[in-house]
Amino acid sequence: MILSRLAARPLLLVAGLFLALALPWMVYPPVALDIACWALFAAALDLLLGFTGLLSFGHAAFWGGAAYVAGLIAVHSGLPFPVAVLGGAAFAAVLALPIGYLSVRLHGIYFAMVTLAFAQMVYFVVNQWRDLTGGENGLQGVPRELFGLDLSDSFLFYYAGLPLVLAGFVAVWRIVRSPFGRVLASIRDNPARAQALGYPVDRYRLLAFVLSAALSGLAGGLFAIGHGFASLESVYWTTSGQVVMMVVLGGIGTLWGGVIGAALVVELNDYLVTAGFDGIGIVTGTIFVIIVLVFRRGIWGTARDLLQARSGRGPGKPGSGDAPNGAPSRSEDVGSPV
Amino acid sequence: MEGPVLRAQGLAKEFRGFRAVDGVDLDIAEGSVHALVGPNGAGKTTLFNLLTGFLKPSAGRILLGERDLTGRRPEQVARLGVARSFQITSLFPQMTPREHVELALAGATGLTWRFWRSHRLLDRFGDRAAELLDQVGLAAHAEIPAGNLAYGHKRALELALALALDPRVLLLDEPTAGMGVEDIDRTVELVRKVRAGRTVVMVEHNMSVVSSLADRVTVLQSGRVLVEGPYAEIRHDPRVISAYLGDPHAED
Repeated sequence: MILSRLAARPLLLVAGLFLALALPWMVYPPVALDIACWALFAAALDLLLGFTGLLSFGHAAFWGGAAYVAGLIAVHSGLPFPVAVLGGAAFAAVLALPIGYLSVRLHGIYFAMVTLAFAQMVYFVVNQWRDLTGGENGLQGVPRELFGLDLSDSFLFYYAGLPLVLAGFVAVWRIVRSPFGRVLASIRDNPARAQALGYPVDRYRLLAFVLSAALSGLAGGLFAIGHGFASLESVYWTTSGQVVMMVVLGGIGTLWGGVIGAALVVELNDYLVTAGFDGIGIVTGTIFVIIVLVFRRGIWGTARDLLQARSGRGPGKPGSGDAPNGAPSRSEDVGSPV
Repeated sequence: MEGPVLRAQGLAKEFRGFRAVDGVDLDIAEGSVHALVGPNGAGKTTLFNLLTGFLKPSAGRILLGERDLTGRRPEQVARLGVARSFQITSLFPQMTPREHVELALAGATGLTWRFWRSHRLLDRFGDRAAELLDQVGLAAHAEIPAGNLAYGHKRALELALALALDPRVLLLDEPTAGMGVEDIDRTVELVRKVRAGRTVVMVEHNMSVVSSLADRVTVLQSGRVLVEGPYAEIRHDPRVISAYLGDPHAED
């Protein structure tokens, strides 16, 4: 049983890598890049929501802010696009510092509301600063420069951008499984206890917030380069809502769940738009409600719980045999009433 | 025994007009075991929360040696050498006892900021963690998620966590609450063992525990100090008897 669990991880990793490489063959290539970017965005948000216990409702500021900054760097400097994307990510991190500083001391719904408010301020600035951002037309004509290579083909550009996305995923994975990630988990589960152990909880939350923002910026910057423009929608609150929805759909605190949620939402949106359907919000909203009601831990979270229950690691058998692997199951509240 | 290591001067805490702690002076002698007793609502836990920075006092001062602790945050108080356990077991349900203690040991090192390293970095605290867990009798349970531990083991883990901080002053909030006789005896032995080289302040309801451990006892009532002295003295004080102890022979 331990062996099979140990084997499961690399297997999953290989499967994920294979999917990432095969994606442009399976779906329309521009959509493939959208999925990759949103998946990284979802994972970055999950770092905060699932692994630190903070629900940010303002991550559009970092995704969209980085989109504009990456776009501006690409338009005005002609530097290779990865530099522009990393510039966007750096901007998101810097932007997250004051926003995080002022909001991490708040909890629950107050944190969500304050981050939302800050994101709307960013939206306001982007909308008003027309000379720089193009206002509601967005920032147009963002080039895909990489040492003079022709990347106009979306299929090729997907592979040019994929290393950035994968690097982002490795970063999220590393953070979650670092000493820092251990402290974040303890803060999520019991902040007062973490404080009593000598941990300055708010400072850890702030660093988590900045890291999450930087990785969201990485995704947003690449998204803008991939589309050739940065849209006003990218800093609008619906973007913040969409990424939260993806994480909840896939399963909070699972990383893989965010990928599934992103793929589902992006693919569905694309399908409905292509079919000329207007009421996208109604369809995605309905699916969201159904999935949240049926799979209370999201798609991936529920699937994982079922697999673990089948292999005898269900909530009914606490601490049986193979507990000492440092990856305790998150099944404490399975039995909680609806 | 020497001068006071931890002092409270005129400490008060007011919640919306209700004075939970009302001008408490407390001198905790270095190396002593000092018990806080009193009926429910006497302000014992509030006093603990004030001493450890979880609540900000409305008035008064807290001193650790020469250092002013007043208004400091909980993590600062913990780093400066005042560690606490919680009355209601307060753990991280998904982490194992070993991981708990490693986290407590790592806090002072700064290693826990390293988000780019593997959590195996914390393995270096494994030996010390094993020692501490052994000391509190948890060696056999080091790898069980804390949420699945038996109650007595959870309380023992609380103690191991406080000890991992290697504090000058150890604050134990009802360490024997909800325990059976055997666990109580074990806990008393444990506190006796770990008090060497430090000062212990404990809130405790069980008078036999107080009598066997405490050098001094402070009796609180309605947020004020009613009496203070060695157990043998205060147990016969008529004010204490009427406030709290009831029949003085009830324990025998």
